[in-house]
Amino acid sequence: MNWLIDFFGNPANWSGPGGIPARLLEHVEFSLVALILSMIIAIPLGLLIGHTGRGAVLVVVTANAARALPTLGLVVLIVLLVGVGTTWPVLIPLVALAIPPILVNTYEGIRGVDEDLRDAAYGMGLRGGQVLMKVLVPVALPLILLGLRVAAIQVVATATVAAYVGLGGLGRYIIDGLATKDFPSTIGGAVLVAVLALIVQLAFSLLQRVMVSPGVSRRAAKAR
Amino acid sequence: MITFEGVTKRYGDGTVAVDNLSLQVPTGAITVFVGPSGCGKTTSLRMINRMIDATEGRILLDDKDIRQIDPPTLRRGIGYVIQQAGLFPHRKIVDNVATVPYLLGWDKKKARARAMELLERVGLDTKLAGRYPFQLSGGQQQRVGVARALAADPPVLLMDEPFSAVDPVVRTSLQDELLRLQSELHKTIVFVTHDIDEAIKLGDTVAVLRVGGHLAQIADPSTLLAEPADDFVEGFLGKDRGIRRLSFVPAGGVAVRAERDVPGWSVVLDGDDRPLGWRAGGSTGPTDTQAAGKDGLLPFGTFDLEKDSLRAALDAALLAPSGCAIAVDGDGRFAGVVTREALDEALLRASGAAGPTGAGSHG
Repeated sequence: MNWLIDFFGNPANWSGPGGIPARLLEHVEFSLVALILSMIIAIPLGLLIGHTGRGAVLVVVTANAARALPTLGLVVLIVLLVGVGTTWPVLIPLVALAIPPILVNTYEGIRGVDEDLRDAAYGMGLRGGQVLMKVLVPVALPLILLGLRVAAIQVVATATVAAYVGLGGLGRYIIDGLATKDFPSTIGGAVLVAVLALIVQLAFSLLQRVMVSPGVSRRAAKAR
Repeated sequence: MITFEGVTKRYGDGTVAVDNLSLQVPTGAITVFVGPSGCGKTTSLRMINRMIDATEGRILLDDKDIRQIDPPTLRRGIGYVIQQAGLFPHRKIVDNVATVPYLLGWDKKKARARAMELLERVGLDTKLAGRYPFQLSGGQQQRVGVARALAADPPVLLMDEPFSAVDPVVRTSLQDELLRLQSELHKTIVFVTHDIDEAIKLGDTVAVLRVGGHLAQIADPSTLLAEPADDFVEGFLGKDRGIRRLSFVPAGGVAVRAERDVPGWSVVLDGDDRPLGWRAGGSTGPTDTQAAGKDGLLPFGTFDLEKDSLRAALDAALLAPSGCAIAVDGDGRFAGVVTREALDEALLRASGAAGPTGAGSHG
């Protein structure tokens, strides 16, 4: 507890390029960019494979391969390949980490929509794209958002590896703290990452409430 | 009119779902496809809106080959009702009903107004419009399914076992509702079921299919019951064909005696001329009808002379110890007595009508 007070009570930790606001911002930036990149790749792919039923093997292979990938090893490898000075060494491993949960959940969400519903949608005269966007996506949305949430939390937690290759983010408190035996800094950094992960969790719960139809989440009031 | 011309559906593995089917679905009437599982009835239905494409043969919709119409366009002009209703769970009831109007580009206000009108039409409280499908019972969902199919006022309606997932009481009310709607709307309806009683109740024409996708017989229900084409159809129709067929013979032709007495029995009426029961013995004076009340009266059966069938008349006779049926008018007032002899005569005429002259089956 004293370590926390030492860390958060120290005014030097709240300003400058190594201060909490700056580090937090860097951390959020890495996470957000990585998440957006993985969404751009995984969501359309998941929708397409789920809707057409073609390429399901790709989902399984990608998911397993990416899960087996050691994030830290990848960071080091990319540094060796592209050198320091860019954010790619941290972005690429984070994207690789985030793609599987997004891809798998999007695919499963779409594929899992009741066959009768798909049938009814085509039977009403919706075209393929309309069936996907107007029926399948709204119904699969809870699962798609779940995949995004899992990915976001993993990314936020793992973005600490940026510190290994000299990039910023909250990982700096942990890694620098370990290196200099500055335990208040290590613990404080860990707490900040945990709090950030909780905030992400909360944000997705709110997003779910706003985006998912009450008819799908079944939380509409019985009487009106 | 929908015409099947030598339609065959063969799958890649060689399975034949529908085999050289040729038949006509008349405009403005209900045609039922009935048969056991695997007889190709649903496949045949789904070929009409191109949910499945035929391998051979043609299907004509008012003389136009449906293959020349792009499937989504074709489907927007054909109402489609499926077993589990298949409502969109994320949309409110009103928007579910307005699905096709929205697709056709109607403005939202007009589409919603139309949806509200249809909800009323299928017997639903318009208060349900703002609810979501999961908040409705199975029977209500099925009604919404029918309303949705009717939304853009398509001339043709395809119904694929729409009532088989609801309980028998709800099913009966949905069937009655469909017949009432049809008497107002006169759609060309193709209805698929595995339930022969449903087929006979709803169909103007019934097509019986057998496993392997062969047409066994197509006829109106009365002809089907009287003259099943072969053992398969006969077996499929089940027992009591003779009695069930009487449902299609109006009771109006039976001889009614406009008096309350038959030998050994007399009918007791209340002050409003409604039958109360049978009394054993001779005539009762008009004065004691009121006083007697229900005491000492024996059970009776009535049938509506104008609306009911000969089956109802026979049933009414079987309910009474006197063996005679009581005929009533549309208001339930006593119209006369039908004796067993009179019924016998009518039954004889009915079975005569079902004989060789009773209209051809298929040709």
